[in-house]
Amino acid sequence: MKRLSDLEYLRLNRFQKFLYRIAVFFMGIPAWFCKLGKKIWEGIKRFGIGVKDEIFDIGRTFKNGSWQTRVSYLIMGFGNISRGQILRGLMFLLFEAVFIAYMAIAGVHWLSKMDTLGDVGAHLEYDPILDTSVRVPGDDSFKILLYGVLTIFFVIAFIYTWRLNIKQNRIADEIIASGKKLKSAKDDLKSLVDDQFHKTLLALPLAGILIFTVIPMVFMILIAFTNYDGAHDGYSNLFTWVGWDNFNALLSSADGNSRLSYTFGEILSWTLIWAIFATFTNYFLGMFVAIMINKKGIRLKKLWRGILVLTIAIPQFVSLLYVSRLFASNGIVNSTLMDWGWIDSPIPFWTDSTIARIMVIVINIWVGIPYLMLVATGVLMNIPQDLYESARIDGASGFQQYTKITLPYMLFVTGPYLLTSFIGNINNFNVIYLLTWGQAVADPSLTVNGTSAMRTDLLITWLFKITQGADSDYKLAAVIGIMIFVVIAVISLIIYNVIPSTRNEDDYS
Amino acid sequence: MSAREIKKVRRHIGMHAKKTVANTAIYIVLTIMMIVWLVPFVCILLESFRTESTYMVGYIIPKEWGFDNYISLLNSDFPKWYGNTLLIGLVCAVVQTAFVLAMSYCLSRLRFKGRKGLMNLILILGMFPGFLTMIVLYKVLSGINLTGANAPYGLMLVYCASSGMGYYVAKGFFDTIPRSLDEAARVDGATRLQVFTKITLPMAKPIIIYTILTAFMAPWGDFMFAKYIAHNTSAGYNVAVGMQMWLNTPQNTFAHYTEFCAGGVLVAIPITVLFMLLQKYYIEGVTGGAVKG
Repeated sequence: MKRLSDLEYLRLNRFQKFLYRIAVFFMGIPAWFCKLGKKIWEGIKRFGIGVKDEIFDIGRTFKNGSWQTRVSYLIMGFGNISRGQILRGLMFLLFEAVFIAYMAIAGVHWLSKMDTLGDVGAHLEYDPILDTSVRVPGDDSFKILLYGVLTIFFVIAFIYTWRLNIKQNRIADEIIASGKKLKSAKDDLKSLVDDQFHKTLLALPLAGILIFTVIPMVFMILIAFTNYDGAHDGYSNLFTWVGWDNFNALLSSADGNSRLSYTFGEILSWTLIWAIFATFTNYFLGMFVAIMINKKGIRLKKLWRGILVLTIAIPQFVSLLYVSRLFASNGIVNSTLMDWGWIDSPIPFWTDSTIARIMVIVINIWVGIPYLMLVATGVLMNIPQDLYESARIDGASGFQQYTKITLPYMLFVTGPYLLTSFIGNINNFNVIYLLTWGQAVADPSLTVNGTSAMRTDLLITWLFKITQGADSDYKLAAVIGIMIFVVIAVISLIIYNVIPSTRNEDDYS
Repeated sequence: MSAREIKKVRRHIGMHAKKTVANTAIYIVLTIMMIVWLVPFVCILLESFRTESTYMVGYIIPKEWGFDNYISLLNSDFPKWYGNTLLIGLVCAVVQTAFVLAMSYCLSRLRFKGRKGLMNLILILGMFPGFLTMIVLYKVLSGINLTGANAPYGLMLVYCASSGMGYYVAKGFFDTIPRSLDEAARVDGATRLQVFTKITLPMAKPIIIYTILTAFMAPWGDFMFAKYIAHNTSAGYNVAVGMQMWLNTPQNTFAHYTEFCAGGVLVAIPITVLFMLLQKYYIEGVTGGAVKG
């Protein structure tokens, strides 16, 4: 296929444009990978050059620096203190002291055990005084890995601070050489609410993200390369590195793993089907409701909108749990239908996996429409009314106005929102879990290590289930988590390349 | 009247009739929708007053009315769960709002080294399922005794600490405030802190209320983290986990179904009232956030 020029592209109709865009996207994949490879290579090269520059700079600073600067290579903050910047210097010094003390007391110990994650677990040892064997605690793989990761982060922080300390000394030398005055502690504090205000603002939030998200995430990614599970809990039975084994087990269909890879494939495909349906049914129906309510001549707009907004306010777990019970085999819906004589036996809303899958999508529409109605209303109000007016004068019907003005505008403006809600649906724990737990039945063919999944389970609810109880499979949970990341990353990339918001930005504005 | 005029009038009447038909159809659809949307909530309200049985029955309107379910709620762990959730909600409303405002203001208005990198990092972190971190955090929190009965405090810590990642909506709002205001103040000698507190914050009232509202409401709906951290200790549940326990087995459902309905009503009423009072700000935040992505 040859590339079309802009003029030729504009001559295509909308459908052809769409096909062309998709074709271009798929043809672009090899080139994209080439580019990615090149980018990575360039990144590595740039990183290498950066490191080289840094080392040269460190060396040069040592050669040309004053004696205070040279002492600072060993005693951090010495230069600052000797030049009168006591506060900065003391902080550097304190950090160095804490670091050395930590490394000597614990850090080196944990790091040295990182290669095997411990040698001896809890075991029996003969106690000569009691004249019997007693259980003594040994290594704890979990602790070793956790403190190991923390220590690595600490070392990185130390190297960064050490480099900062040298840089500051160089700058101080330069300032003194040029005959100006150094910043005092008061100046430093002042700059924290002015030039350096971002540091003040970001300090706490970023510390929180680092400690409660980044470090645990790195830890869990590492767990995916170990055999940590109920049988290898880390203290009575150590766990250790197993390389890519867990990923192989999940993706290969070799004997012994076929159950796992089959389950993963089934749940993954249902997760994607669910996400597509849940996102687009909500999107289009929500838009439809918004258009109905906003139509000229419809009265009581506030009432209709108000009732729908009311349902957003009620916590989801209340409505989801209650609605799921409405459709139970002895629930109100089934009883009423039986009283009326429409059915003889209860409809298996939850126990039949196909009906259950339809039910979660339908109830999700019920949950999602009010929210989408709000979003769509906001966007619809922003569409310039003269567009419709000129369309009417040209004789466009209501449907034509919808497909030619409303829909393109909506899609263009809410493209990124569609992506985020798609990702949200892949991880939509609440709707699936609260609706089906205790109602739907597990499918024995989706059993892994004694935990059976339901046909309605998403990857995220499956992940939740296998981390419950004594035979929790943490390594599998970590692998699934990484897989969810891969799926989301790939889809985000594709959508960013296909949605109109990124290409043809002037088409609709 | 000429034939042409008659035709015109007829056409007018025809269009009018068409419009009426369309509008009537819309009214019918909307009315049916409102019934579908409201019926479950009416049902839950009615069932909460049923006293003749505590299990699921096939009818909605109680045969005997009374407040038995609400009274038995008071004698269960429900007040404890309610207090837990309320406490988490209040603390989160304060701390999360502060974090989100700091984060979003910084990323929207200030330019500093590593800003783009930081935003990309948070974007990538957000692609990992957040629950994954819970497995580690549970072990760490149980080490410092913040799980089980102390789960509410552990949850607070977890919610608040990672709240900086949800800065998108607020950043979208700050992006719309003209930068020239900041610059004018800076020229007049205001520090960045003064610009933030004296100029930006007073204009950010809608987004502050939106952030407070969503931060306060989120803990009421969270199930996954709360259940994992509370780890089968009733005193540490939030309402969602506790009330789900009432329905998780057939025996429990038999004993607690109407209590669940009453609890649901008690949870829903204050939240709904608060929400309806502040809905203007919520709608602004939602539509603004969606448009900006």
